Amino acid sequence: MNELIWIFISALLINNFTLSLFLGLCPFLGVTQRMETAFRLGLANIFVMVITAIAAYILNTWVLIYAPYLRLISFIIVIASVVQFVEIAIKKLSPVLFKALGIFLPLITTNCAILGLALFSTNKGYGFLEGLIYALGAGGGVTIALVLLASIREETRILNIPNVVKGTALNLIIAGILSLAFMGFAGLFGSH
Amino acid sequence: MSTEEQMTFDQEPEPSSFRLIATLGVAGFLSGLVLVSSYLWTKPTIDANKAEEQRHAIFRVLPGTADFETFTLQDGQLQTATGPAEDRVFLGRDTNAGFTGFAITGEEPGFSDIVTVIVGYHPADQAIIGYQVLDCKETPGLGDKIIRNEGFLANFSHLVVDPEIALVKNGTKKQPNEVDGITGATISSRTVVNLLNNAMTKWKGPIDAYLQAHPELEKTTGHE
Amino acid sequence: MSNEVNGSQNMQEFLKGLWKENPVFVAVLGMCPSLAVTNSAINGLAMGLATTFVLIGSSILVSLLRKVIPKQVRITTYIVIIATFVTVVDFTLQAYFPDIHKALGAFISLIVVNCLILARQESFASKNGQWRSFLDASGMGLGFTFALFTLGAIREVLGNGSLFGVSLFGKAFEPWIVMILPPGGFFVLGLLLLLFNWSAQRRKQRKMQTA
Repeated sequence: MNELIWIFISALLINNFTLSLFLGLCPFLGVTQRMETAFRLGLANIFVMVITAIAAYILNTWVLIYAPYLRLISFIIVIASVVQFVEIAIKKLSPVLFKALGIFLPLITTNCAILGLALFSTNKGYGFLEGLIYALGAGGGVTIALVLLASIREETRILNIPNVVKGTALNLIIAGILSLAFMGFAGLFGSH
Repeated sequence: MSTEEQMTFDQEPEPSSFRLIATLGVAGFLSGLVLVSSYLWTKPTIDANKAEEQRHAIFRVLPGTADFETFTLQDGQLQTATGPAEDRVFLGRDTNAGFTGFAITGEEPGFSDIVTVIVGYHPADQAIIGYQVLDCKETPGLGDKIIRNEGFLANFSHLVVDPEIALVKNGTKKQPNEVDGITGATISSRTVVNLLNNAMTKWKGPIDAYLQAHPELEKTTGHE
Repeated sequence: MSNEVNGSQNMQEFLKGLWKENPVFVAVLGMCPSLAVTNSAINGLAMGLATTFVLIGSSILVSLLRKVIPKQVRITTYIVIIATFVTVVDFTLQAYFPDIHKALGAFISLIVVNCLILARQESFASKNGQWRSFLDASGMGLGFTFALFTLGAIREVLGNGSLFGVSLFGKAFEPWIVMILPPGGFFVLGLLLLLFNWSAQRRKQRKMQTA
């Protein structure tokens, strides 16, 4: 039980996918103009991650022990299919959200956070439950990072910022400060 | 695929689904072929590298070792490992097949991620006689001092494990079971100490039982 | 240098990736690897070269097959091609450069999802001949390598006081550790982008003045 909590907190805060492993930066820098959009993208991310974790577990247990060289290719194809499915579902259920997320839903396919999740949880040798918890933590972490950056960016819109700084440069520096803050979470579990 | 029809995107906007599937099938088949051959080509070298790395680590933490046997834990007892097992210890032997000690690995969540360590354990002295970090993503410059800080490494040339290993402030080590911590990396130092205590709790009983069942090993230990 | 028009155009194809359309500093593509593995110069260099290899290989292949691959399944086919190259690189590094493989870890596999590679297939290799695609891919790849190396070198010098593992300043230097930690990656890249923005703006201003 203790170990599961550690896996969750570690993925959520200490080894946050976006702020400390640099995964999923494209949507992090691209879709964070508005908090609402960022939050929903985060939720889509969690959803895709959980399904990916289940798919990765199934692949790892029944296919890849016989053919480890197919790991990368099968992961990416399964993830692509999952994302396609989510895209169709969202299009049906919420056209508004579909419009808001625009190009970035298909881009979740080439989102390193999703593939990274599958690869890392395989490398760490996680079982089914551990993988699921890891996915929830990682997805939650990505959502937190997206929402934090989006809310700060909403504030900066009314500021008078020199043109040179505007855009990605500023976002990266904000992300750096956030990342610095998240480093404070390290050691949460070391000090028993 | 033959090219009897010169198809370009503009002239043929809707190719047959057979063609789509055939393209993907051929791509998948060729890619599989490349992957399998490169896998078979590199696998022996990769396996050799890994085995070499393991041998190096074991030889380093158990001075004088030239060969080793692998054991795993089954029903609380050491059994010769046949396949790849999660829990493993290594019994080291020197060039005359004399017993040099056990190499034990352990892992523990550290400051930022899991730390994995291998140590050499000398049962007759009840002491750790060698130490190496196998995997560690601790903060560079601070926590990763547990890998190569000389003062810290010196703790493990002869560290008694009974009574339990204790962490003390840098420079205050008095007892043979105490570890001089690293200033500025207390949590990582404590991680190592906890890791060692947990590993010893887990393996000491089975190792002692194994040695009792194989008294010939005890006799050859005193070679140092 | 008396290049023909064609030759100089080809040269342009190669050079644009190095500076003017640098994938990291200008186009801001492939951010994950550029930040995640650049805590030392050697890691940045290794990652850049591995990416370059995959980029060149898949660009040539995609360009050769551009008439054969139906439009509807092109992305899937590109991904299969890229993933194959990446897996080969992964195995090769693991077999012959185990230390580098250990340092880069899962980020080698993550080359697959580097937006830069897919972007070059979609926007260049699928529309141009092999030779031009090769030039484009090498330019972009080397530009990427240059960016990663720069980031890695700056972070290693500031954060560890060394370059390629060789200590530069002696014992008195107190390393600025945060630079090799994740926040340092964001800061250094942010500042470099600032520099690029500034130089681009000055270029524009100068053009306006002369016009």
